[in-house]
Amino acid sequence: MTAAEFLQIDLPPMLLGTAAALACGLLGNFLVLRRQSLMGDALSHVVLPGIVVGFLVSGSTGSLPMLLGAGAAALVAVLLIELVRRLGNLESGAAMGVVFTAMFAGGLVLLEQSGARNVHIDVQHALMGNLEGTVWLAADGWADLLDPAALAAVPESIWRLLAVTTLIAVLILAFFKELRLSTFDPGLAHGLGFRPQLLGAGLVGLTALAAVAAFDAVGSILVIAMFICPAATARMLTDDLATQVWLSAVAAVLAALSGYAAAVFLPLWLGLDLALNAAGSMAVMAGLLQLTAMLLAPRYGVLTRRLRRAMPNQEPGL
Amino acid sequence: MLAELWRYLALDAGYNAAVVVIGAALLGAGGGVVGCFGLLRKRSLLSDAVSHATLPGIALAFIALALLTGQGRQLHWLMLGAAGAALLAVLSVAWIKNRTRLPEDSAIGTVLATFFGLGTVLLSVIQVMRTGGQAGLEYLLLGSAAGMLLGEAQLVATASLVVTLAALLFLKELGLVAFDQDYARAMGYPVASLDLLMMALLVAITVIGLPIVGLVLIIAIVIIPPVAARFWTDRLLPMIGIAAFIGALGGYLGAAVSGVRANLPTGGIIVLTLTALFVLSLLFAPRRGVLAQGIRYLRFRLAIAERQGLLAIARGQPVLEPLARLRLKRRGWLTATGQPTTTGLSAAERTARDQALWDRWLEDYPNDAFGSESWASAPIEQALPADLVAELDRRVRRAENPA
Repeated sequence: MTAAEFLQIDLPPMLLGTAAALACGLLGNFLVLRRQSLMGDALSHVVLPGIVVGFLVSGSTGSLPMLLGAGAAALVAVLLIELVRRLGNLESGAAMGVVFTAMFAGGLVLLEQSGARNVHIDVQHALMGNLEGTVWLAADGWADLLDPAALAAVPESIWRLLAVTTLIAVLILAFFKELRLSTFDPGLAHGLGFRPQLLGAGLVGLTALAAVAAFDAVGSILVIAMFICPAATARMLTDDLATQVWLSAVAAVLAALSGYAAAVFLPLWLGLDLALNAAGSMAVMAGLLQLTAMLLAPRYGVLTRRLRRAMPNQEPGL
Repeated sequence: MLAELWRYLALDAGYNAAVVVIGAALLGAGGGVVGCFGLLRKRSLLSDAVSHATLPGIALAFIALALLTGQGRQLHWLMLGAAGAALLAVLSVAWIKNRTRLPEDSAIGTVLATFFGLGTVLLSVIQVMRTGGQAGLEYLLLGSAAGMLLGEAQLVATASLVVTLAALLFLKELGLVAFDQDYARAMGYPVASLDLLMMALLVAITVIGLPIVGLVLIIAIVIIPPVAARFWTDRLLPMIGIAAFIGALGGYLGAAVSGVRANLPTGGIIVLTLTALFVLSLLFAPRRGVLAQGIRYLRFRLAIAERQGLLAIARGQPVLEPLARLRLKRRGWLTATGQPTTTGLSAAERTARDQALWDRWLEDYPNDAFGSESWASAPIEQALPADLVAELDRRVRRAENPA
């Protein structure tokens, strides 16, 4: 594999996967702690009707109308979930289930009826993503990483996702104290004047933004995996939220890179002429990382605890 | 077009189509019955993990079949693979929830995404294998009644019927466990086994529904009918009956409509039909429906406004609140200019007396009064026992003239 091949074919999907993993993984910390993990699941499903409507209204397959449509659909979904939950006095899981299946079904029927399917949109693409389809053909060698002309040809989707990821990281750093307080003690946060509802709404908004920006590149399933697995991995390893956020970032990047390696390089090294679905492979890696943490985490791991119980003398003075 | 739809609805569009429509209706009924227990146990989204987790099982079964027999699309084997993976997913969720510090919603999300991710990886392997019938897998993602073979439709119909009957057979036990686990355990029921049975039924109906509804939307048939049925009743047995009816109607109408137009995705149409039934229930169900609740709320507002207006008259103050003025004028207690009439004055006196009794009750029995929903919203004689009202009356009189 030459440098040009790597830059053209492998670097773009690796970058996209990593950026998507970071954007979703950082937010996931707060979703997991607030028992809102499945909000990411619901929102990534309603992206499909959003892009279909965006396409039908604008008549173009450009990214902007589709992203706007997806964003609007996410907003509508959040409002509908809250409405159904309150009107029906339901648990939020059931409300989410009703809303996102209804919207997904609507998107599906609209897609088939309008003929949009023939143009560009396809359901499998929305579910599984098209990481491998992103390439940077202008690259010839390492020097192009600093060459403005070559950089201008980097696919727009990469810049967009990098921008969203940066925005999310900056906002989380800036509002870390407020987020921490309103997550663990909404009552105190309210008393101190932090407006926890506003923060909660902002968090859901950012979740929608991340889901919409990432799904086009990586598909909804990887989005769900990255919302939950890195944060859950980090949660197994530490009790401190700041440490947890850093660990989740590490887990997200690790899952994305090792997932890509397992999908593309592993079959090559084994001499097989096939490439596996990279987004799916990243999701599996994120799940395996979490499994490892659940079993072997120093304090909370299932096996570690069993081992400690078997040797009670080793217990550090508790 | 309409005539065509009618032929499907009347099961007159050929034997094959009739079996598909009946199968979809039975599937909907089974989903409604099984889903009721899931909703009561607050486990609605567990079925989302179950349905997505079937993909690697299907793909593995397909690969094995293709390698062994050269033909991957053999529905009963694919379903068996799906059921195996789904069962593993249910156990994984339970393991994460019980053995680690992670909450159930994270467990559901992790299992859903990891299993589905593995499924997509295996699908990319299948694409490279280029064996016969690989197009046959996409229909399990989104469901298609039109493309179903007769044997497949018969399989769906029979299996749905079996699952529904099994759920009905253990109705009492499952209902008890769903409502009150501790009580069920104290009564000597094997709660853990019954829980497992419930999960097994959930897995079964999910897997059976795959070829018709598809794995992305299958959870709708176990969530929407019970949620819709919940609006109509508070009791378990009627709820299960209504959920089964709504599910069956959704499956029947949806499969018939999508049979007419071949390019309509069956799963999508069934779910939209169910959604329409849900919205109807949400709006028009008696008591719990939005319309009924709105009317009740309006009546309450009017009663409060009337009382406040009368109390204002009794204090000799003008009635300012628009809603109260409207109501009192309707009753003939206020003139057009807002002056109280004679009947209005006597009504005001009655209400002031009533309010005094309510106030006394609040002061003397604060615990009872705070727990009461009817405090000062109805004449006190209607809400409290007569002897208590008489006692309050005595106390009020004594307070008014201590001599």
